[in-house]
Amino acid sequence: MGYHDRDLKSFVTAVGDGIEHMDLAVEGVRCAGCMAKIEKGLGATPGITRARLNFTNRRLAVEWKTGELAPSDVVEKVATLGYRAYPFDPGAAAGEEAAEARRLMKGMAVAGFAAMNIMLLSVSVWAGNASDITPETRDLFHWLSALIAIPAVAYAGKPFFDSAFHALSKRSVNMDVPITLGVLLAVGMSLVETFTGGRHAYFDAAVMLLFFLLVGRFLDMNMRRRTRAQAENLAALKGETATKILPDGSTRVVPVSAIDPGDRVLVAAGERLSIDGIIETGSTEIDQSLVTGETAYASAGPGDRVYAGTLNITGALTVQVTAAAKGTLLDEVNKLLEAAQTARSTRLALADKAARYYAPLVHTAAALTFIGWMVLGAGWQDSLMAAIAVLIITCPCALGLAVPAVQVVASGLLFRSGVLLNSGDAVERFAEADTVVFDKTGTLTNPEPSLVDAASLSAPMLAKAGRLALSSRHPLAAALRPHGSGSIPGATEEPGQGVTATIGGVECRLGSAALCGATPDQVATAAGGTHSLVWFREGDAAPVPIPVAQGLRPDARAVVDDLKARGLSVVILSGDRKEAVDEVADALGVSDRRAGLKPAGKIAVLEELAGNGCKVLMVGDGLNDAPALAAAHVSISPVTAVHLSQAAADAVFLGEKLTPVVTAIDISRRARRAMDQNLWFAALYNVCAVPVAVFGFVTPLVAALAMSSSSVIVTLNALRVRLIARKLAAADAAN
Amino acid sequence: MDVLFILIPVALGLGLLGLAAFLWSMKSGQFEDLDGAAWRVLQDDDLPDDGDEKA
Repeated sequence: MGYHDRDLKSFVTAVGDGIEHMDLAVEGVRCAGCMAKIEKGLGATPGITRARLNFTNRRLAVEWKTGELAPSDVVEKVATLGYRAYPFDPGAAAGEEAAEARRLMKGMAVAGFAAMNIMLLSVSVWAGNASDITPETRDLFHWLSALIAIPAVAYAGKPFFDSAFHALSKRSVNMDVPITLGVLLAVGMSLVETFTGGRHAYFDAAVMLLFFLLVGRFLDMNMRRRTRAQAENLAALKGETATKILPDGSTRVVPVSAIDPGDRVLVAAGERLSIDGIIETGSTEIDQSLVTGETAYASAGPGDRVYAGTLNITGALTVQVTAAAKGTLLDEVNKLLEAAQTARSTRLALADKAARYYAPLVHTAAALTFIGWMVLGAGWQDSLMAAIAVLIITCPCALGLAVPAVQVVASGLLFRSGVLLNSGDAVERFAEADTVVFDKTGTLTNPEPSLVDAASLSAPMLAKAGRLALSSRHPLAAALRPHGSGSIPGATEEPGQGVTATIGGVECRLGSAALCGATPDQVATAAGGTHSLVWFREGDAAPVPIPVAQGLRPDARAVVDDLKARGLSVVILSGDRKEAVDEVADALGVSDRRAGLKPAGKIAVLEELAGNGCKVLMVGDGLNDAPALAAAHVSISPVTAVHLSQAAADAVFLGEKLTPVVTAIDISRRARRAMDQNLWFAALYNVCAVPVAVFGFVTPLVAALAMSSSSVIVTLNALRVRLIARKLAAADAAN
Repeated sequence: MDVLFILIPVALGLGLLGLAAFLWSMKSGQFEDLDGAAWRVLQDDDLPDDGDEKA
């Protein structure tokens, strides 16, 4: 069931000269070899003019001559190379962010080159001041420095000047104000010195200050972009598309952003709804487990409301859209969650709060320094120099880099362990967690069902059942598909009932009890426990029940033990029936379990735990978990979770195993230690540096250098967090 | 110190050249994929294609 039947025209753009372009998010790229393989494989395909894989955000840009290829051919070619590719719809916000990143980089480049060239001149002046430079040469060098510095400061300092001006116009002060003041005063004083033929000018200090500040901002923005790119890729991987019914009756697959309320959409059996709407035609059963956690299906018919994120099991539906990308249940809650999330950062908010007190303090200190020295009869140049040194040395670059530097390193480490962060400050909150709350369905259990006891069934029978399952779109068939060697042409599926096909001249059936002719007695004896049953019948033989269930993830028990060993308590909350929850909780050794909870119930439990002083890490995947994921202190969800839960969670983990949850906690704890070390160091540095500057022991250049080296130390300390990666890798190898 | 009349413009000119080169490389998208660029250096697809025998 490939992309043959999907129309990908909406993802293709024409770039002129008869060339068409498409962007894809690619899954399964692990190393540079993959990159080479994909590019070479696509490059060898006739008609493709350009194929380039961006290794940083795993996106593939493909161009081909119009008419020679269909977009689905490209996707298929990537599939034959062994990777899954999904067409990608970049939003408008991505363009804006890319533009801002480029501006920052340009400012950084200009400041860097200007600083280097000014250094060329100012070191000569220093050396010359100590030996035999003539006043004319010194003046020339000062003028040249001024010529380089003024445009550089005007261009590279723009973000700071704008921000400071904006804050001042609102009658408040932020950390950009002293920076702006320091830079402008340094440049101003240096200009006066240049005009009057003085010995010292400080253009180098001003420009270097701007350079290091811009480096800090650039690192921060890079991390944000990487996180957002990962989130956007996830959206593409989940295939946020819908099949729109055009006015002439034909259908076309379009991204959800192209669907408006009032459009009509076709939802096939087995497809997950990506829009909210009212059913026009068709009756079906809906799997609402992602919405309520309830594993029993609900029936729906014309006139009933259906919601994005639920799974359509049995019948094809035409749905009239009430809400698509904007205004769905998902989107509404998304907005609320975004608002809740911005209120949750702690250490970064600390920096903002500190800025409110710090900035006025800095200005007062600088002003007092100036006045103090003037009173002591130092002359206005020396007094101003001391005041500028105070402004520069108290610049909180180290403070500004302390947390982002560690976040960048930690998010890189987490990415390599299969954990994608949604919010940068999640790292601190992961480190603080002392209670882990698990959802059951899809989180502790595999998202896809599997056979309960494959060994008890005969292998030839399993093989035949597997081949029939390959033609079925029913979710339970996923458990049998791995056992089938190839699908049978001519197999027919009756939605909601099962698959019928002829193998070797014998008619075989796979599906519900009714389709396979199982009597009520047979059903009663086979049923029991919490499994679902799929029936298989070969010819006229007796129908055989095949129990299928969502098995526990392979390392669930080991993860629970690891968490307990680290001193965390474990709780299971689920919307499923009590027997099902008890079975899983007993298997994992978790005593605290609650079943039958609705979303409000889950939040009530979380509030109870929070009230007892616990910091909760919530692990969940369903729509019913989304509010709980936002309400918990920190949250993580598997990549198979519904889109809203991924957006609500602070992090998403890839793969079938649960170990990334433990890894996230380990890395975050180490990162938090590094953040605390950095913050202490930055604070200590300021406490020592300010008196030194106030008492006139430093020139502005020394101040700039001291401030820069504090930033470097903070960054190096952040890089130390990488050492934990080696320890984790060694532990993994040992397991 | 007359040599300065040559050296200073040369130094500044080279500096501007460096800046221009950096801005050009940024515009041609070379900074979009730093990880990929690092790995591409190790690819040997520009060698004559007789490596299949060794594979």
